[in-house]
Amino acid sequence: MAELLGFPPQVLFGQLLIGLINGSFYALLSLGLAIIFGLLNIINFAHGAQYMLGAFVAWLGLKFLGVNYWAALVLAPVVVAAIGIVIEKTMLRRLYKEDHLYGLLLTFGLALIIEGSFTHFFGVSGQPYSVPAALSGGNNLGFMFLPTYRAWIIVASLIICFGTWYMIERTKLGAYLRAGTENPQLLQAFGINVPLLITLTYGYGVALAAFAGVLAAPIYSVSPVMGSNLLIVVFAVVVIGGMGSIAGAIVTGLLMGLIEGLTKVFYPEASTTVIFLVMIIVLLIRPAGLFGKEA
Amino acid sequence: MKMLKKLMCSAIVSATAASTAAYADISDNEVRIGYLADMSGTYSALAGPGGLEAAKMAIEDFGGTVNGKKITIVSADDQNKPDIGANKVRQWIDVNNVDMVAGMVSSAVTIAVNKVVESKDKISLVSGSASSSITNQYCTPNSVHYVYDTYALAHGTGEAVVKEGGDSWFFLTADYAFGHSMEADVTEVVKESGGKIVGGVRHPLSTNDFSSFILQAQASGAKIVGLANAGADTTNSLKTAKEFGVVQAGQKIAGLLIFLNDVHSLGLETTQGLQLTTGYYWDRTPETRAWSKRYFDRTGKMPTMVQAGIYSSVDHYLKAIQTVKTDAASAVMAEMKKAPINDFFAQNGQIRDDGRMIHDMYLAEVKKPSESTGEWDLYKILRTIPADKAFRPLSESKCKLVAGR
Repeated sequence: MAELLGFPPQVLFGQLLIGLINGSFYALLSLGLAIIFGLLNIINFAHGAQYMLGAFVAWLGLKFLGVNYWAALVLAPVVVAAIGIVIEKTMLRRLYKEDHLYGLLLTFGLALIIEGSFTHFFGVSGQPYSVPAALSGGNNLGFMFLPTYRAWIIVASLIICFGTWYMIERTKLGAYLRAGTENPQLLQAFGINVPLLITLTYGYGVALAAFAGVLAAPIYSVSPVMGSNLLIVVFAVVVIGGMGSIAGAIVTGLLMGLIEGLTKVFYPEASTTVIFLVMIIVLLIRPAGLFGKEA
Repeated sequence: MKMLKKLMCSAIVSATAASTAAYADISDNEVRIGYLADMSGTYSALAGPGGLEAAKMAIEDFGGTVNGKKITIVSADDQNKPDIGANKVRQWIDVNNVDMVAGMVSSAVTIAVNKVVESKDKISLVSGSASSSITNQYCTPNSVHYVYDTYALAHGTGEAVVKEGGDSWFFLTADYAFGHSMEADVTEVVKESGGKIVGGVRHPLSTNDFSSFILQAQASGAKIVGLANAGADTTNSLKTAKEFGVVQAGQKIAGLLIFLNDVHSLGLETTQGLQLTTGYYWDRTPETRAWSKRYFDRTGKMPTMVQAGIYSSVDHYLKAIQTVKTDAASAVMAEMKKAPINDFFAQNGQIRDDGRMIHDMYLAEVKKPSESTGEWDLYKILRTIPADKAFRPLSESKCKLVAGR
């Protein structure tokens, strides 16, 4: 077979698939961020810490209570979302009318506290979490060996991303949510409990982060710093997609995974910087992001 | 006038007495050891609090005193930052009268600290660091590099792997000074032994996902995937390699800097078959077993080569003080370089003039889960790399203390 850009095509296919898998994480995480920003106007810097909490709840559950992976996939997001709701009710709530900066500072501070205390108790070297038996092993696709667990990540993430998009853009509940962002007073006049709606939205965004954390636990080490490594990239993804755009976050997440994957083949040294390069270019050409609407 | 003369005389006499006393005896009647290491970060498991415990064991086993003078120890977390480490050591020496610094992990910290130690004419015994430049271009007369270095790792593991047919290599290299020098050292060895390098990637430090690089390694067709990285990057590479079935597909992995705690935390399922070079393994001789058992009882873990080396280096230092009856750096260092090291850690170990402690190194292979009989039954020793082959010969040294020999 002919070579593509100096690389055998099977290498390229493999890298694209890997990119898609990493993109799935970006999509899940940036989706949560985009929902929270779109509906609450809060830049949630604690998102990385909440992702880490998801992984840790799964690990702690397995180690001390015997909660298996599948149960953790449901339980960890619920537990972490509950923590998120408490944060929203007691702290974030007071900041909606203030400048973005206050919400950012609060969530950033919370992230530092959460990560700092986990580092204190668990140390920075990662905790092992094994792949569930049903998803271990893999298939030889001809051009690459695809571990079953990685395939599962794509499937799970696409289901959740599409479901969330559908809920917000196509259902009545989603319509309320969108209306609540546009004009909360008017919506409240129709008898909808807007504060509750907002609380639940934050909880859902946080649950998405925790879900991604559980998905990540078996392939990356469960460590207190796992979220902060990823968070900055995810913020760049949200900015590229257009702040607050749901579909934009998903599509851009997958796209950035692909671009990063290709960079790892052609110039690995730049693989951690390429997303920021894309961000700069996009902001120069389309300041509102790829899918954002100009204000 | 007569009074003044008398005073002058007595001042001179007492000053002379004081300075001779400082030389012929223990300064301020106490031997003070400073233990410097990463106590809470990335490298804290390989030395860290465990290494401090090993140093304390050495002092207790010595009886807590040397020539009737008390031995004390202080410790600090250098956070892998050269400025913090160097300042701490300066404070130790200036304010707390510390005589010797032990431990020392990050090579960057060590090079900075060694400069301070040399300028203050104290002693440092480096057990944790990897870079062979510590006794090469950065060598000082006041420092000893005790356990291992990149040269030894590259030659030990590299040569053995090529000899067993692993003659084509693909590198996963951490893109910074340590990774580059590790890769360069191994490349030289592989080429000398008749192998070739078919490719490699340089990944940024603390890369999150290694799957792409592992895929490239698989596509390269190399027989050996060499990991010229450390810490979390190494454990993540190994995890991903296992997930993508690198070993099942017929390639072998050569970990170039892997400690016992890495293998223990990753588990044998992931690490089996891995070949590595180590300066110490707990289950090698009756002596190593006996000492390691005592260490285990205190810490709940088996020692890494670094932790065992810390005990041995502190013990060797105290013995030298006992012999020369002073803690003055030059006299103690001369004795340390003269006396061979024979204990559970090293047999006929010898500190060279460049500060390199040469001793036998061991080529080990990680056991299969079926071969292991216990939580810490992790390595089998394949062979001994004799001391004179394990480390960079003086004839190739760039150290100012031995140049031109």
